[in-house]
Amino acid sequence: MSKSNAKPQDFHQLSKGWNIGANLIAGIFAFLCVFPFLFVLIISFTDEKSLATNGYQIIPEQWSLEAYKYVFQTGDALLRSYGVTIFVTVVGTLISLFVIALYSYAVSRKSFRYRNFFSFFAFFTMLFNGGLVPTYIVATQLLGLKDSIWALIWPLAVNAFYIMILRTFYSTSVPDAIIESGKIDGASEFKIFYKLVIPLSLPGLATIGLFSTLGYWNDWFNALLYIDDPDLVPLQSMLMRIETSMQFILQNSQNSSLSMAALQSLPQDTSRMAMVVLATGPIVLAYPFFQRYFIQGLTIGAVKE
Amino acid sequence: MGAIGRFLKNIMTNKAMLLMVLPGAIWFLFFSYLPMFGTIIAFKEYRFSRDGFLASIFNSEWVGFDNFKFLFSTNDAYIITRNTVLYNFVFIVLGLVLSVALAIVLSEIVNKRLAKVYQTGMFLPYFLSWVIVGYFVFSFLSYDKGMLNQILGWFGAEPIQWYSEAKYWPIILTLVSLWKAIGYNSVVYLAAIMGIDKSLYEAAMIDGANKWQQIKAITLPMLKPLMTILTLLAIGRIFYADFGLFYQVPRDSGTLYSVTNVIDTYVYRGLKTTGEIGMTTAAGLYQSVVGFVLVITSNYIVRKYDKDNALF
Repeated sequence: MSKSNAKPQDFHQLSKGWNIGANLIAGIFAFLCVFPFLFVLIISFTDEKSLATNGYQIIPEQWSLEAYKYVFQTGDALLRSYGVTIFVTVVGTLISLFVIALYSYAVSRKSFRYRNFFSFFAFFTMLFNGGLVPTYIVATQLLGLKDSIWALIWPLAVNAFYIMILRTFYSTSVPDAIIESGKIDGASEFKIFYKLVIPLSLPGLATIGLFSTLGYWNDWFNALLYIDDPDLVPLQSMLMRIETSMQFILQNSQNSSLSMAALQSLPQDTSRMAMVVLATGPIVLAYPFFQRYFIQGLTIGAVKE
Repeated sequence: MGAIGRFLKNIMTNKAMLLMVLPGAIWFLFFSYLPMFGTIIAFKEYRFSRDGFLASIFNSEWVGFDNFKFLFSTNDAYIITRNTVLYNFVFIVLGLVLSVALAIVLSEIVNKRLAKVYQTGMFLPYFLSWVIVGYFVFSFLSYDKGMLNQILGWFGAEPIQWYSEAKYWPIILTLVSLWKAIGYNSVVYLAAIMGIDKSLYEAAMIDGANKWQQIKAITLPMLKPLMTILTLLAIGRIFYADFGLFYQVPRDSGTLYSVTNVIDTYVYRGLKTTGEIGMTTAAGLYQSVVGFVLVITSNYIVRKYDKDNALF
């Protein structure tokens, strides 16, 4: 300690050189994490011709808005996919929160006689599962989810891990005394739940809600398994389909006057990247605000009962 | 009579709670427990029946362990097991070392606001789907337009057909996996570092310990329980591969299967393209059973080591 008058919180500060080193390491890695997105953004604003001669460049010879113009012109498929994704995300998150909040509340209550059974009932699914093929057969043959919008919602609705996180949250943040006081006032179990417990557990519910929103927005696997109908294709899955050919978006464009001529002149590479940007945009813009909750959620999950 | 009466009475007194678990319990029944029962397909010659799910299963003929025999007689079982386990092993080891190192670096940065900015940047990959990451990788690896081949061009090297050269993919997949996971994991470790009692460092300072000694004597030992638990849990999942990484990032390229095929992609392709239902179910069951044994074992070890952090 050379500086005797240093503020108390500076007691284990790094020396200047090491601090620059630490900033470089963290800064470079953070930049590498963000760079691919910036790169794709730049490609989407590149002129198709200069791209054809020079390839993907960080500083393109010629900028252009052409890709976005085309995407919006032939954009029926894109709009529909946005619609599917938004519907699935909103409805899915609501269902998911409803089911998980109730289930984890019940198993968090010590007065519930069968709590151990139902805890285990949920928990065991984290240890053992039937695998993909039987799940697929149950979903398609028994539940009739093939080519149904519910195929994008139900498989992701419940998750045993979220139940465990939320159960821990309830038991740490909702004191028994509050529930008792509700009982003494003659409130029913359901009334206690939505009048007393829900307001107290909003941070926990928000965390689970965000996890589930992200899960639905980014899901492409269920579409890959269950959806063939082009009208039900969510954003991520549409990006997969146009990976090799832009034809998918044209075939599904209601704007039939465009089709052949448009296919000829379509800026394929840049349009594809423009779609990536448009599909990722909402998440990238929202995530700095979400991040806090995710970190909170991680911390909640780490603390055990 | 008495027992049944008591049971009914219990149901009545717990009816509100039972109603609360009902939707979730039904979901688990359909999406978890019925598929578990469905694994008996692995012991049958599966034949689709119009009369529905149960009829399909019951009308199919028992073949004992033939599906397993067939699976393990091919080279596939060896390749997919090797790929799944080796990739996961590398991800676990490198991921642990790099995440912890990065968390320590982040925690030491003097300017806390800058540290937050870096952290926000590192967290971005976690929010993106594998489809998007697949596009990112393509912008670097595309044969005619990709950045990597352009860079190779500056040095006068020939461009490489990345999507058909298997030998590069173990490295590419490892880098991509680490890129996506490290930011997230280091935040977990950073949260733990923030929880360490500051007075320990103060005491060490007074005793004349330098930064490096502090990290070795305080930070790492304090992180050890979390490191152990997360690693053991990851080992419990070593038989499960990240489907998106191995399917989207290599663009399902057939020439790369020798190094990109894992149990999960193998089962998916069996279901959707080759249609070998019985054998594919057998592969899935093999994964579930070994996975189960590994989770139980790793949890048993966690339990011995630190009871509080065991999963059950």
